[in-house]
Amino acid sequence: MFKAITITSIFVLDQDEALDFYVGKLGFEVHTDEDLGFMRWLEVSVPGDPGRSILLERPGPPAHDEATAEQVRELVTKGAGGGWIGLSTDDIHTTYEELRAKGVEFIDAPTERPYGTDCGLRDPFGNAIRINQPK
Amino acid sequence: MTSAAEDTNRRMLRARDAMDRAYAEPLDIPALARLAHVSEAHFIRTFRATFGETPHRYLQRRRVERSMRLLRETGRSVTDICLDVGFSSLGTFSRTFRDIVGESPTEFRRRAVGLPPVSAPSCFAMAWMRPSSFG
Repeated sequence: MFKAITITSIFVLDQDEALDFYVGKLGFEVHTDEDLGFMRWLEVSVPGDPGRSILLERPGPPAHDEATAEQVRELVTKGAGGGWIGLSTDDIHTTYEELRAKGVEFIDAPTERPYGTDCGLRDPFGNAIRINQPK
Repeated sequence: MTSAAEDTNRRMLRARDAMDRAYAEPLDIPALARLAHVSEAHFIRTFRATFGETPHRYLQRRRVERSMRLLRETGRSVTDICLDVGFSSLGTFSRTFRDIVGESPTEFRRRAVGLPPVSAPSCFAMAWMRPSSFG
């Protein structure tokens, strides 16, 4: 049967901006960035964990007709894009301060929860990202 | 790159995130409208068009949802909880709570003590347990 979840995808509105954010600010690394002609395959992963990556996919023709792509963009910017990312860290407070200094837009500050200490942020497009330091 | 509509959505989402984060503070419409970079009247109209309810109602439900959690999970007095979640008068809190939940805070607490604890991460509890009925 299955062995692992290797790749998942979220929609981004602009792949250059996504690269700046996920790699430049959050510190992901580029797993694959390849112009396939029909699309730009942009895949990022957490350094040291190449087995699982995220495809930063741009909605648009011909995969989606323009009206559908517009609906997808609409939902992403409302925070209802359908995808979100959960990340773990071993030092949530430092991570929070460092990312805030880089201008990352946080939803909430690190808060103690039954399962750890976590905080949330949004990517430039509206996708939610949660960071947790597990107990 | 992003259309005007997407940009507007994103700004409304930013204001909604602020309500989720700072519900306990004396948030008012002018402050939220400033955060969204729009006029007050435009903000209320646009927020409603984006998320299906007015910002005032969104905030009231957020505060009531948080108060339900405190009533369920802590032994704090109803008056303390009312202030904890951002209401400035017990009368307004009790009336709003009853309008939304259909019973008084004390009645809810009595009933909720027997309910199983919420094991979902708080961000999901906030998204999914915010009461949807109103009056």
